[in-house]
Amino acid sequence: MSSVQIRDVRKSFGNFEVLHGVSIPIEDGQFVVLVGPSGCGKSTLLRMLAGLENITSGTISIGDRVVNNIQPKERDIAMVFQNYALYPHMTVGENMGFSLKLRNAGSDEINKRVKRAAEILALTPLLERYPRQLSGGQRQRVAMGRAIVRDPQVFLFDEPLSNLDAKLRVAMRTEIKELHQRLKTTTVYVTHDQIEAMTMADKIVVMHDGIVEQMGTPLELYDKPENQFVAGFIGSPAMNFLKGHVRVNGVATFEGPNGVKLPLKNAPANSDGKPVVYGVRPEHFTIADDGADAEIVVVEPTGSETQVFAKVGGEQVVAVFRERHTFKPGDKVKLKPDPSLVHLFDEATGKRM
Amino acid sequence: MAVIAEPVAAEIKRSSLWSRAFESRNFLGAMFMVPAIAILILFLAYPLLLGLWLGMTDTKIGGVGRYIGFANFVSLAKDSVFWLSVFNTIFYTVAASVVKFAIGLYLALLLNERLPFKSMIRAIVLLPFVVPTVLSAIAFWWIYDSQFSIISWVLIKAGLITRYIDFLGDPWNARWSVVVANIWRGVPFVAITLLAGLQTISPSLYEAANLDGATNLQRFRHITLPMLSPIIAVVMTFSVLMTFTDFQLIYTITRGGPINATHLMATLSFQRAITGGNLGEGAAISNAMIPFLVAAILLSFFGLQRSRWQQGGRD
Repeated sequence: MSSVQIRDVRKSFGNFEVLHGVSIPIEDGQFVVLVGPSGCGKSTLLRMLAGLENITSGTISIGDRVVNNIQPKERDIAMVFQNYALYPHMTVGENMGFSLKLRNAGSDEINKRVKRAAEILALTPLLERYPRQLSGGQRQRVAMGRAIVRDPQVFLFDEPLSNLDAKLRVAMRTEIKELHQRLKTTTVYVTHDQIEAMTMADKIVVMHDGIVEQMGTPLELYDKPENQFVAGFIGSPAMNFLKGHVRVNGVATFEGPNGVKLPLKNAPANSDGKPVVYGVRPEHFTIADDGADAEIVVVEPTGSETQVFAKVGGEQVVAVFRERHTFKPGDKVKLKPDPSLVHLFDEATGKRM
Repeated sequence: MAVIAEPVAAEIKRSSLWSRAFESRNFLGAMFMVPAIAILILFLAYPLLLGLWLGMTDTKIGGVGRYIGFANFVSLAKDSVFWLSVFNTIFYTVAASVVKFAIGLYLALLLNERLPFKSMIRAIVLLPFVVPTVLSAIAFWWIYDSQFSIISWVLIKAGLITRYIDFLGDPWNARWSVVVANIWRGVPFVAITLLAGLQTISPSLYEAANLDGATNLQRFRHITLPMLSPIIAVVMTFSVLMTFTDFQLIYTITRGGPINATHLMATLSFQRAITGGNLGEGAAISNAMIPFLVAAILLSFFGLQRSRWQQGGRD
């Protein structure tokens, strides 16, 4: 186990810079998730950490050691690939023991460690099988087993669940989290799925276009997104955004499209008349008599909750209700956001106000 | 419903046997197979059977042969030239195939790396394969010429030798010379096919092996070779079959000489059957190649049987 320090790391492919100075401190034993849309540079950063890509500038250290010029195999890390990268011509046991074999470990030692890892991951009955004979979830576990056997300083996961079906993904999510709680190995996990990030991470790093947008615990990001991008990225369904102005005459309100008035708890200083983006999460709407006029467009019940798409001031918003309503498309309702849970962003910069 | 159904039924009854046949799956299936079967019989089965039959006759050009059983084979068994050609063929095949595999694999690995002008180099590697065999054979004939050989000329100018090398006049020189010509011609096929095989190996396997601590040599031994082995089996089977049955290179460069030192079974068969007019004896020599070819095919059949790791499914 080790801490990892990523300091002002940049990466260019030719003249094209994909990472513009990224700094991420990772504490010993932490589970850090790098999350962001495709092309944000998260996988590149992970591959630089693994040593599979060169570092253009900046430093990456594992423990006390700067690893910029250290070969991947000397970095004492293990990586789980998106496509698992299992060796197809080796059995499960051989796959897991391969790194030990390359280190000239004795066969007793290899057997012992492979067996232990197999027990942790419930792979013992599959040790003699070949990867082709395994299901997706089993392959995924073998890939993790290969990492565990190494007993490395850091685990790296590169979108490990994206090839699994939805149900298995949820199960494996829990399994990986449980594994981390058990082994307490520093882990860096890359995903584009914010739910994976929210559910698994000690610390989430939201990346976008080669920069870090925000770092923090899952609930910090949910409660206090620093900018409109993070606000829209974290949470499902995504936060609603309405463009408009702050009005302060006695009570602070938000004046949105087509004169829609929405409540504000308090207006930021000197914000009267300022163009802002009003953000409200779908789950923070209620039906109230003093709410804004809304017309129901689509109703999507999921059983535990109901998603309602409605037009407010001509803009489509989505609201989620835990309680059951019998809305029909075309119904007129009054939607009211909880003013204490509303987010305001500067329209020009996208920064939180 | 019944009102509508009745005229339809009547129509079916009236339709001819011919049109009903075309409604039948079995008949149509057989019809579609006819062209393929005709081609196979005409160009494959008939010549093969005719060859087998001729081998047991004393047919000469212009004459009708008699069945003489295995007499041709008995006389061949006592024929030292025939045995020399068997030795030559095996030597030619083994020597050329081994070197073709080594050079081909080396080139494939090289071309699979990031190289400047990669596509141009790949095109150049393919060149020997594109040139008609007889033309390249004629070029080698000049290269090996006893008076005009460029190799001898260069070596003499460099002061390494004093006399022109007698490439095609000495038995072993001639054998190695034709082997080299065959290698030159056969390497592109091996290289390009193995390159195609290399490109199917997922780069993430190498990355995983890299993280697992494998050196370049270990990556080659534990990843590349096992993953490439099915392709190697196919390529080498083809290469061995093509080399074993080679005719054009030998016939153009040496015609089997000097003193039969480079006669392959194929060239000897042609010489006895067409040049010498003994169709029966020539066919018998050709037929003698069959056991060798069958052995090569069987070897590759068992070698090609998919290894356990390639088989899908669950047990």
